[in-house]
Amino acid sequence: MQNLELKPAVDKYQPLVLTPLEDIRGFLFHHLGRFLLFLITFSSVLLMLLIFFFVIREAIPFLMKFNLTEFLTTKSWYPEASTPKFGALSLIVGSLYVTIAALVFAVPTGILAAIFLSDIVSLKIGDFIKPVIEILAAIPSVAYGFFAVLVLAPWMQNKLGFTTGTNALNASIILSIMALPTIISVAEDSISTIGRELREASYALGATRFETIFKVVIPAAHSGIIAAIVLGMMRAIGETMVVWMASGNANQIPSPWWDLSQSVRTMTATIAGDMGETPKDSLHYGALFAIGVVLLVMTFLLNIISEYFLASAKRKSGKS
Amino acid sequence: MQKGNDNMLIPSLETDTQEIESVVSLSQKNNVATKKKAPNCECAIVKSENFSFYYGSKAGVKDISMEIYPCSVTAIIGPSGCGKSTFLRSINRINDLIPHTHIDGKLFVNGHNVYDKNTNLVNLRQQVGMVFQKPNPFPKNIFDNVAYGPRLQGVKNRSSLQQVVESSLKAAALWDEVKDDLKKSALALSGGQQQRLCIARALATRPNIILMDEPCSALDPIATGKIEDLIDKLQNDYTIVIVTHNMQQAARVSKRTAFFCLGELIEYDSTVKIFRNPGKKQTEDYVTGRFG
Repeated sequence: MQNLELKPAVDKYQPLVLTPLEDIRGFLFHHLGRFLLFLITFSSVLLMLLIFFFVIREAIPFLMKFNLTEFLTTKSWYPEASTPKFGALSLIVGSLYVTIAALVFAVPTGILAAIFLSDIVSLKIGDFIKPVIEILAAIPSVAYGFFAVLVLAPWMQNKLGFTTGTNALNASIILSIMALPTIISVAEDSISTIGRELREASYALGATRFETIFKVVIPAAHSGIIAAIVLGMMRAIGETMVVWMASGNANQIPSPWWDLSQSVRTMTATIAGDMGETPKDSLHYGALFAIGVVLLVMTFLLNIISEYFLASAKRKSGKS
Repeated sequence: MQKGNDNMLIPSLETDTQEIESVVSLSQKNNVATKKKAPNCECAIVKSENFSFYYGSKAGVKDISMEIYPCSVTAIIGPSGCGKSTFLRSINRINDLIPHTHIDGKLFVNGHNVYDKNTNLVNLRQQVGMVFQKPNPFPKNIFDNVAYGPRLQGVKNRSSLQQVVESSLKAAALWDEVKDDLKKSALALSGGQQQRLCIARALATRPNIILMDEPCSALDPIATGKIEDLIDKLQNDYTIVIVTHNMQQAARVSKRTAFFCLGELIEYDSTVKIFRNPGKKQTEDYVTGRFG
C-alpha cells in the first residue's frame, strides 16, 4: 500500500517576503494588465460614441438648413422633387406602427410560451424545444423576407382579399416571429429564476397551477418580463430587410388607423432603400442621417428602459 | 446498523443531555397544563398505513405507519436524509410537484385517504397548512401575503379580508410589529418576522393541521424562541407536525416524537419517553448524541 499521508511542509517553507524583482514584476503586471483590459472594454463604449458622433455629424448640415419641426411633424417625403420636402412623420409612424403591431402578436405568444416552457412542460421536452426556438433567431432576415414575399403576400392577396400582399400586417407578422425568440428566452429565464419556494408556498395555500402562475410567478417576474418585451421591441424596430421586403414601402399613414392591410414605410427601410441613390452631402443624404438620429435616440431610450428593469429584476432576485 | 455518516457536531455530550433532561421535564409540565384545555383529542387526525414514498426507484420513506393526534405538537426527528421532510410533505401532497415520484400504502387526513384519485387538492391544502424551512413570503406587501389564501377562497370583501389578516397576524404574534405598515413589502421584514408572516399566511386559510418543515433552521435563537412560544400557543387549536434537526426544540415544543432513520420509522412515542427512556438502542444513540 502506498503511503498517502499528508503532512505540513515544515522543512521547506517559502519565504513570505517578496524579492525586489518579484515586487517590480507584480507592480508592472498589475497595472499593465489593468490598462489593457480597460482599453479593450472601453473600445466598445468608444465605438458606440463614434457611431453616435458620425451619424449626428452627417445629419447636422441638413438640420441646419431644414426646419426640425417640419421634419418631425409633416407627412410629405419628396426628397427628389424640384422643391424637395422632407416630412418624416409617416416614416416614424410607419416604424412604430409595424413594431407595435408585431408586439401585439409576439408578446402574449412569447410570454405564454415562456410559461409553458418553465412551468408546464417537463424539463426534457423543454430542453428540446428551447434550442429550436433559438434557431429562429439565427435565420437570416432575408430568408424571412422571402417567406413574406413568396408565401404570406400571395396568401393575403388571394385568400384575404387585400389589395396588396406586402403591407403592414405582413411585415408585423414576420417581425413578431423574429422578436419571439428574444421574448421567449428572456422571459423564460426570469420566470425560471422565481424559485420553487414561492411556487410551493402558493400551492400549499390551496392555489391551483393557474392561480400560482398568474398571481405569484408572473407578478414576481414582472421586471424580467418587461425587459423581455423591450428587447423584443428593439429587435423589431431596428429590423430593416424584412420591412423593406414585406411592408410595401408606401409613404403613408394608414387610414383608418387600424387598417393593417395597407402598405406603410419605415425609417429603416427608407434609409436602406434611398442610401444607394443619393449623392453624398446632398440634402437628401443629410435627411437620411437625420432619420438615423431619430432611430438611434428611440432605441437608446428603449435600451435604457430595459436596463432599468433588468437591474431591478436582479435586485429583487438577490433580496428574496 | 447505523453508520456514522451524519456529521452532527455536538460539542459536549454531558451538558447537552442535561439540558434535554431539564427541558423535557419543563415541557412535560406544559403539556399537562395544555392537556386539560384541549378538546376531544383521542382519535387520530392524520394516519399513515404502510406508507412509502419513492423518488424514482429510491425510497424516500418506507413503510411508515403512525398516527398523529389532534390539538398537540408532534415532532419528527432524525438525521439528514432520513425522510422526515418527505413524510411531512406527503401529508399535504406538496411532494406531487416533484416529477417521477410515486407512493405506496395509505395516508389518511381526517379519515380520507389523500392519495385517492378523487382527492380535492385545493381543499386538502386549505385544511393542511404548511410552513417551510426558508421563510418564503411572496414579493408583495404584508397584507396581500396574508390575504392570498382567503382571496383564493373567494373572499373579496375588503373588511372581512382586513379581519382575517388582523386575526391571523395576531395569532402569529406579528400584529404589534407590523400593524402600522401593512403596505410594506414582506421582503423588508427580518427573517424571524418573515417566518411568522408565513405562519400567519398559513393560518389565514383556517387549516386544522399545520405542517412545519424545520421552521427555525434559518433563524437566530431569539427568533427561534418567538416561533417556539407561538407553536406552544397554537397547539390549543391546531394540530402541529414539526420536523426539526434541533433535538432540544423537539423536546421543548412537542408532546409526541417520532424518530426516523434511513426512511424508516424507528420509534414513535411520547416525547418524554423518547428522550428519557427510549425503547430502541438507535433512538437512544441519536438523542444522546452518540450517533453512529
